[in-house]
Amino acid sequence: MGGIEYTLTFQQFNETLRKKNKLLGLICDDCGKYTCPPKMTCQECGGTNLKIAELRGSGKITTFTTSYVTAIGREVEAPILVIFVELDEGPWIMGNLVGVDPNLATMESIMGKKVQLVATRVLPTDTYSKGEEAKGGLSRPTFAFVK
Amino acid sequence: MKKVAILGVGHTPFAFGTKKTLVELFSEAAMEAITNSNLQAKDIQAMYVGNCLGDFSEGQGMVQSYCASDIGAWNIPAMRLEGACATATMAIINAYIWVASGFFDIVLVGGAETASKMGTSLATRTFAMFADGHYEYPCGLTFPGAFAMLAHLYSAKYGVPLKKLKEQMALVSIQSHHYGKFNKLGQLHNDITKEDVFKSFMVSSPIQLYDCCPFSDGAAALVLAAEEKAKKLTNKPVYIAGMGQASSGNYSTQKDFLPRLRAREIAVKKAYDMAGIQPKDVNLCELHDCFSVASIIAAESLGFTDFGRGGELWEKGETRIGGKIPINISGGLKSKGHPIGATGASQVADIVKQMRGMVEPERQVEGVKIGLTDTLGGDGIICNLVLQRGW
Repeated sequence: MGGIEYTLTFQQFNETLRKKNKLLGLICDDCGKYTCPPKMTCQECGGTNLKIAELRGSGKITTFTTSYVTAIGREVEAPILVIFVELDEGPWIMGNLVGVDPNLATMESIMGKKVQLVATRVLPTDTYSKGEEAKGGLSRPTFAFVK
Repeated sequence: MKKVAILGVGHTPFAFGTKKTLVELFSEAAMEAITNSNLQAKDIQAMYVGNCLGDFSEGQGMVQSYCASDIGAWNIPAMRLEGACATATMAIINAYIWVASGFFDIVLVGGAETASKMGTSLATRTFAMFADGHYEYPCGLTFPGAFAMLAHLYSAKYGVPLKKLKEQMALVSIQSHHYGKFNKLGQLHNDITKEDVFKSFMVSSPIQLYDCCPFSDGAAALVLAAEEKAKKLTNKPVYIAGMGQASSGNYSTQKDFLPRLRAREIAVKKAYDMAGIQPKDVNLCELHDCFSVASIIAAESLGFTDFGRGGELWEKGETRIGGKIPINISGGLKSKGHPIGATGASQVADIVKQMRGMVEPERQVEGVKIGLTDTLGGDGIICNLVLQRGW
């Protein structure tokens, strides 16, 4: 008694993004703000009166990097264009940008640009991420420039 | 609460490709610290061992009890702490609390790592475990990647053109190599130029190889004692006058502050307040320069200059010996090396040796009364210690 369960678990967030290409977050009944990726409590006020909200999946890029060194098993992915997106609802989420040559990414060509969620890329699980909650792979929020 | 002093310190050479085990490295640093404290291993009442990745680098967990056993501190309570790169400073904070509380008088604390044994790609994978494995790592986030994103954000937020920021970052690495070449216990002993930095391999744009600290093996240790005990054992006690530790969630939860790391501002304020000092009172600082831009970001949050102006400290030579705030005169993580579980203890050991006039003459800072260490673990742990000369 008195316990609290997650309103939105990693498994549900991950599966929804992977299978339905929908980005889920949480909206707080106390302060009205959004949390994404999900947590047990509201990241703005610490409140626990949360509801699942489907986010629009659009926002603007706040920063980026093109990574040429990758972890073991991911060597073929290099170079990877990693971005941080400020979603229209407020939260920042890390993701990948497609449709751009990672080698040509510059502050001028990437930062501040408007993006929209596109077909989700998935990272296969490895030795260290084999749990049931990650079954089917780890979803990577994937974005492209708004045309 | 009792006043806590640092007695002896111990420090193995930092290197890539050690021929020793984690337990052997820790034990050598520990015995040096114990001997320099005019003590024997049987005098140690408890110990804290910092180690992050022994499970992966050597298939060896629970190193703490083997370390205690190897040095002959049989059957004492031994703890292992893990907090990514802030590990050893977390260990020192915990050891401090045990001594300050009066529960123990003499506690051994330190850390060890043998990261080079993993090779670059497994090391990159395991270091990435110190970022959010479910929500951020899948996109390809690595450690250099995280600071690379902060560098771009820094440039945009403070209006420092990327070209200028890159020049400032290069100056950070150049200075670290300059002092690091004199540090006999350090890993790299060569001067580098701006050209070397700019022609080095692009790791994660805009961070190049010479913006990064190396993978390292090594250990460092200290003996902590209650004030009355310490006064009987040394005439040069160094007191832990202030400490602060704070944590944050993954990078996305830090959106309102980046490229500042909020945890640092909270931790260092606690440390300054506890010691009753201000940033201007610090004579020497060892800060967490895992990447060159990290030094610039850290110097600002520690209060040494305004936000957006950290790079100017290096441009004007304020971070050198004789400058306003000498920083990383050990060579820092960049040149001295960064065996992650040992780094915090190494930072403290170097400041203690500086105060006691025991470092190489080429990098001796005269008259250090107050030192500050700054250690960052992953995306969310910051530990700061204020050290005060006790004589």
